[in-house]
Parts: sequence; C-alpha cells; structure tokens
Amino acid sequence: MFDLSLRSVLKSSGRSLKNGSECVRPDQVMIVQHLSGGYGGGRAVDDISFEVCVGERVGIIGPNGAGKSTLLKAIVGLLPHHGSISIQGAPCRQSHTMVGYVPQYEAIDWNFPVTVWDVVMMGRARQIGYLLPPRKRDRQAVRGALQRVGMWSLRNRQIGELSGGQRRRVFVARALAQEASVLLLDEPFSGIDAQAEADIFQVLDVLREDQIAVLLATHNLAQAATHYDKLLMLNQGRMIAYGPPAEIYTPENLAATFGDRIMLWHEGKQYVMVADEPCHECEEREAL
Amino acid sequence: MTDLWTVLQWGWVVLAHNFDILFLEPLRYPLLARSMEAAIIVGIVSGVLGTYVVVRGMAFFGDALAHSILPGVAFMYQRSHGSTDGLFWGGLVAGIFSALGIGFLTRHEKIKEDTAIGIVFAASFALGIAMISRIDNYAGDLSHILFGQILGVSEGDLRLIALFGAGVLLVVTLFYKEFMIISFDPVLARTLRLPTELFRLLLLVLIAIAIVVSLQTVGVALMVALLVTPAAAAHLLTKRLMPMMGVSALIGAMSSVIGFYVSYHQDIATGPAIVLTATAIFLVVFVEQQIQRSIRQMILRWQELRGLRTAAVPVEQP
Repeated sequence: MFDLSLRSVLKSSGRSLKNGSECVRPDQVMIVQHLSGGYGGGRAVDDISFEVCVGERVGIIGPNGAGKSTLLKAIVGLLPHHGSISIQGAPCRQSHTMVGYVPQYEAIDWNFPVTVWDVVMMGRARQIGYLLPPRKRDRQAVRGALQRVGMWSLRNRQIGELSGGQRRRVFVARALAQEASVLLLDEPFSGIDAQAEADIFQVLDVLREDQIAVLLATHNLAQAATHYDKLLMLNQGRMIAYGPPAEIYTPENLAATFGDRIMLWHEGKQYVMVADEPCHECEEREAL
Repeated sequence: MTDLWTVLQWGWVVLAHNFDILFLEPLRYPLLARSMEAAIIVGIVSGVLGTYVVVRGMAFFGDALAHSILPGVAFMYQRSHGSTDGLFWGGLVAGIFSALGIGFLTRHEKIKEDTAIGIVFAASFALGIAMISRIDNYAGDLSHILFGQILGVSEGDLRLIALFGAGVLLVVTLFYKEFMIISFDPVLARTLRLPTELFRLLLLVLIAIAIVVSLQTVGVALMVALLVTPAAAAHLLTKRLMPMMGVSALIGAMSSVIGFYVSYHQDIATGPAIVLTATAIFLVVFVEQQIQRSIRQMILRWQELRGLRTAAVPVEQP
C-alpha cells in the first residue's frame, strides 16, 4: 500500500504492474472468477469470469435488466457477491482505491455546496488519510486529473452549474485522482448530446494513454462494435460471450444476448445491425 | 438620497450616545453576561452542525431529536427539584440514545428513516411530558424546558456548554472530508471502504450534543430553527461547504447577540427573540438573492433587445 500511495497521477507512465507479482500474465490488470451476486441473496449476475488487460476498453452490452449495472456494482463491492476479483494481483477488498466507479448518479444532490475541485479531491480521501488535510501531492493529483479531462478551467464552478457531460467528466477525473487502475462506468452516454459524447470518448482515449482499463456498460450497439477493444455480452445475468467485437459479433451470440430484439446481416466486410430501441417503460418495469 | 443619509447619521448619533445603556448595561449583570456568552457559543455550534442538517435534508431529524431529549431532562429536573444543574447530562444521555435508536430502527428495510424518526420522537416526547405532568408546578416547568430559560445558565452550565461546543467543533474539523463524502456521495464512501455507517452515527451524535448544548437558550420546541435557519441562509450565499459553515456560524452568533438585546430591551422571551432574528436574517438574504436574480434576467433581456447578445445563454436548471 505504501508503494501505491507514492505514485502520482502525473507520473502515469509508472502505472506498470511491477507490484502485482502474483499476476498470472503481466498485462492482466483485473481477473474476475466465478462472480455471482445480487440483492437479497438473488443472483442478478451468475458465474461470470473474465480478464481485463492493462489499458483495455471493455464494453458491457445486453438488453435492459441483463445485469450490466449489477455486474459493475458487484465488482466494486457495493453488492453481496461470491467469487473472486483480483486487481493487479491483490484481492479486491484490499485494493479499494484501485477501482474507480462512476455510477449513473441520479441520487446526487447537484445543489450540494461543493465545487469541481472539491469533488475530485474526494477521490483522494484514502491517500490523504484520516484527520489530515490534503498535501501538495494530493493537490497535484487533483490538478493533473482535472487537466486530463479538460475541466481545469472550470475547477471553481459549483457542481450544479455544469452540463451533464461535464459532470460525468468530473467524476471520471475523481477516479483518476483516486489513482484507479480500473475504471467502471455505468451508462456514461445516457441523456447527453453528441458533443458531450465525443468529449467523453476523448477522455476515454486519455485513459487508454494512461493505461487505465475501462469497463463500460452501454446501450449503443453500433458504437460498441467500433469503439471498444473487447465486448462482454450479458443476458439474464449470464455471460454469453467475451472477446473482441469482430470475433463475438456473431448472429448466434447476438441472438443469445438480445433474443429477437436484434437482427444482424453480414455483408462482405461490414455488419449491418438492426436493434429495437430500448424503451423506458420496459426499463422501469424491469427495474421493479 | 440626502434624506436617507441624514437619517442614518442621526441614527448613528443616537446609537453612539446611548451605547452604554443599549449594549453595555445588560452585560454588567454577571447572569446576563453569562447568558450572552452561552447564546453566542450556541449560535456558532448549531450554525456549523446545521450545515450538515441542511445539506443532508435532516431538518425533521433535528426537530425530532430536540423533542426526544425531554425525558432525560424531565428525569433530572424531578430529581434535583427544579435546579438546572443536571439537565445537561440528562438531555445528553436521552439525545444520544434517541439518535442511536433512530439509526438502529432504520436498519430494517421496511422502516424508512422518517418513519423511525416519527416513532422515536413521539414516544420520547410523550414520555417526557408524562414525567413532567407528575411535578406540581407543571405548566411553568414545562414551558421552561420547551421554550428555554436562558437566564438560568449557571457558571457550571456555561463551562459545560463551552466544553462540549468546542468538542463538537473539533470533531467536525477532524473528520471534515469524511463527513463531506458521506453527505455528498455515499456510494463513493462505500467504494473507498470508508466506515460509512460509523460516520453517519457519529454525525447523529454530534447533532444530539449540539441540541443539548442549545437547550437552555432556545428550548426544545424552537431548537430546529437554530439548526436550519442560519445554515439555510448560508447555503444561499456560498457554494462550498467550509465557507457555508463559517457564514452559518456567523449568522447563528449574530442572531444570538441581536436576539439577546432585543429580548432585553423589549422584554421578550430570549429563545423566540433569537429565532425571529435568525428568520429575519434569512428573509433578507432570500429577498436579496431574488432581486439579484431578476435584475440579472432583466439585463440579459435588455441586451437581447438591443442586439448586444444574439440569444439568451440558457441557464441549465438541473
């Protein structure tokens, strides 16, 4: 842990796996094995195993209620779960600062008296430690993180004065300041415009440069085919397929994941995909 | 304009000439000076703690907790035959018990927090009144506890108030960032593996202590005003937590001082005078903010009409 705390976001190139000597292969940052979990003893996700390499961008796709959010919550430890998750060779329970989690944040009070700077500094709480004020190192980390996501100039804004896309970037910056090596994003593209979406993809490219792996739950299948290194297909809490889009975008896998909600044509080198737009009523119904 | 200036000047002259009578005379009595000190400490402590009450939406909890310290107070009142010495400790024990009781009940999935608060609050208050109703001088004693009796602050009371007030402020300072995180984003607190539940209970206990500290100043029934009103005014004026605490403490202390003098000169009960002063300050801030907002909108529209601005920049309302 001591070694970890000395690393700074500014020296992100030092984000190697030297410490994770227990790791099977040197480029794996996260290994999930037989993960099951859900509310009240239920199994909203069931026996999921996969590995994520350093700096990889993994999209989690599946119909509403497939367990995309639940999977992310189980990984970050917000849900009771079985199975093992190890990050850089250490079990997840010990490596609390190594996983950054950006939920959908409907529950946040945007009138809360905090600025962008304050929110990002919250990610440093464990590094700062109890009873102590932030040090120079922490301020540098916050500054670096804000600059990486292009929010430095807005650091003194109250958090409610930002647009939806900007708010998400701030929470990504918080995970950066946290020095997470894996970042989990739950539906970061829902309810924002095309420009904000492009901005977030730019931030994702920055994360790739910093060798931070990203797991991202998304609805947008067309985008999923082109913008991610690997895809994880989920349906009813079970993993249908995991791998690079070109390998797993097969009619069989898509049918197993989405049922008859999706159709796929294979035309030469191009895929043509037709999907039902997810409707909000189904979402609400399945949430119940 | 010159008229206003003259009035202000004359007002100042009158104030300065009577400064002695208006402001210093009350403080010549040790009892009144003590009460004033107590009121200022109370204003600061409840102003700071009230910040959390406002940003976390715990006004109902604060009100309930203030009422639920009644049995402890009544018990000590009965035992000491009307002296105020033990009230502080009785209230403290009852307040911490109620805070933890509410925290415990909400662990059950089917009992929401406001339901738990309602149950504990009403039961506790009823128990307190039942106990007081057995005392002979029922009405007088009850009103002292309900509405405060600041002139009953003894030397020992003041020492306790100062000690516990300082303690509360120290804990708030030490765990400032943890309290901020659990209030703003409990999910982050859990992903960072902070002991969220522990900090939540600690905050409830701190609020309980702040309430007991304020008991003699404003009493049980008006306590919530000291927690909520200065902090609400400060929320309108600031955009960060630390400045909000500072401004809230300042408004709390100002309300105590002004309310105290109003109470002395106009012969009004001190508790209500302090609360009404705080309310007046809140209203001034609120109206000022509204006026500022409408002026800003008027300027925007005027610039649009003159073609200085192509289109109004939409202010996003989240």
